[in-house]
Amino acid sequence: MPVFSRGFQGRRSEGPEDRIPPGQHLVDDFPVLSAGPTPHTPLDEWSFAIEGGAEPATWTWDEFRALPSEELTTDIHCVTKWSKLDTVWRGVSLDTLLGLVEHDAGYLLAFCDGGYTTNLPLEHVTDGKAWIAYDYDGEPLEPEHGGPARMLVPHLYFWKSAKWIRGFRLQDEDEPGFWESNGYHILGDPWLEQRYWGD
Amino acid sequence: MADERRLDGNAIGGMMLELFGVEMTTATEVCRTCGTADVVARLEVYMDAPGTVVRCVHCKAVLMRIVRGPDRTWLDLSGLRCIELPGGTE
Amino acid sequence: MRLSRLLWLVTRVTGAVEETPRVRTLLLDANGWPGHRAGQHLDVRLTAEDGYQAERSYSIASAPGDELAITVERLEDGEVSPYLVDEAREGDGFEIRGPIGGYFVWEDDGRPVLLVGGGSGVVPLMSMIRSSSGSTSIRVLYSSRTLEDVIYREELAARAGERLEVFQTLTREQPPGWTGYTRRIDAEMLREIAWPVAEQPHVFVCGSTRFVDAAADGLVALGYEPLSIRTERFGATGG
Repeated sequence: MPVFSRGFQGRRSEGPEDRIPPGQHLVDDFPVLSAGPTPHTPLDEWSFAIEGGAEPATWTWDEFRALPSEELTTDIHCVTKWSKLDTVWRGVSLDTLLGLVEHDAGYLLAFCDGGYTTNLPLEHVTDGKAWIAYDYDGEPLEPEHGGPARMLVPHLYFWKSAKWIRGFRLQDEDEPGFWESNGYHILGDPWLEQRYWGD
Repeated sequence: MADERRLDGNAIGGMMLELFGVEMTTATEVCRTCGTADVVARLEVYMDAPGTVVRCVHCKAVLMRIVRGPDRTWLDLSGLRCIELPGGTE
Repeated sequence: MRLSRLLWLVTRVTGAVEETPRVRTLLLDANGWPGHRAGQHLDVRLTAEDGYQAERSYSIASAPGDELAITVERLEDGEVSPYLVDEAREGDGFEIRGPIGGYFVWEDDGRPVLLVGGGSGVVPLMSMIRSSSGSTSIRVLYSSRTLEDVIYREELAARAGERLEVFQTLTREQPPGWTGYTRRIDAEMLREIAWPVAEQPHVFVCGSTRFVDAAADGLVALGYEPLSIRTERFGATGG
């Protein structure tokens, strides 16, 4: 039985219950979580690729920035239990990108500078659920937060919002990515508290 | 430029002792990717991810991934070719 | 090889020393504590009334055999350190686990010692200084932001002498008449104070990742074998 430390509360604060998933607490900063060194790919070397469609598709940075984009305000939830409300992003919707590629896949595996991967069923990245985001809070996305561009899938735990994304491969199978293959839930819905295998 | 979120193997000393029951920071590991041997204390450690990631100093390959759940722990040591622990049968 | 079962131990604060505006030493009740070696650390676990727990590692400041003490720097966005530095008082309890670490440890074998510390990186080095036999030659290079950030300032001054040479750098602001260094450590500074490699000193470097990398690079540039430099990297710290 652990001893209670008088007066210790931790960093948590209360938030509107309907917006904070179970087991989460509110933060007002933006914690940085990393599995490795921050990559620094120069924009003139950056490209985004969709593989596994009828034909491969790639965009340079300038081409990617020329795609239709949108601004969104959303809440984000990290599996390490912090939630941040009303974050503002700008990016290209996955609906836009997938509309440019002929395919019949059911899943994608995102790949990133530094080697990180994460998997998503296409039904969880379509109909306005996912973006490739390059601005945060009105400014270009900083490298420590995944810049130049990251995946943004706010309705799932934030490990799915892969930093430093360089593209994704369309697949017929849901292939577990970096964390999904080492204990984390294959989908990661925070409202069902799907943190780990078997949750 | 040093990434301030990078620590070293000293930072996982407690976790290793808890999981393996032996002092591990003085153990020597061999990287499966580049073959370099190094003392665990000197490895690159990232601890603020959803899990702990340990990387080879020389080639940056992932050596270990450790996820601590409330009632389970997942370990992937496949990035190591082997670990040499000090201490044997005598 | 030591096989050691790592168990959480309940401890209580028996005293506190305000070292600097951001740094405090806590003296702990060591009932059941197995002892430690200079340079090791322990884990602290706090539990809130609703069961929420947070855990962090802190270097042990005391010498083996002395009253158990940790020195903690309050980090701005910290979760455990603000509690330990600002809130915890005599009689308060929490759990500790340890001692931990077999690499960043020093036992006096008579060889000269070079200690390089940045900010709260000086804490495990202080355990080493406090445990020295007194006949071993030790040189310390200690980096802080300002004079008021120098942890253990009076004790270091009192211990300094023929066997313990203390070199300091204040990187942000220096008081009038300051005769120490005034910049971040670099190879040139290390060249001026480090033992010649031929003396085969023990070398320990501790502080933030940036500090440790810079110090280790500087020593390697002087001809030190990389493997002879024992390093311990903390998260953010002032120095």
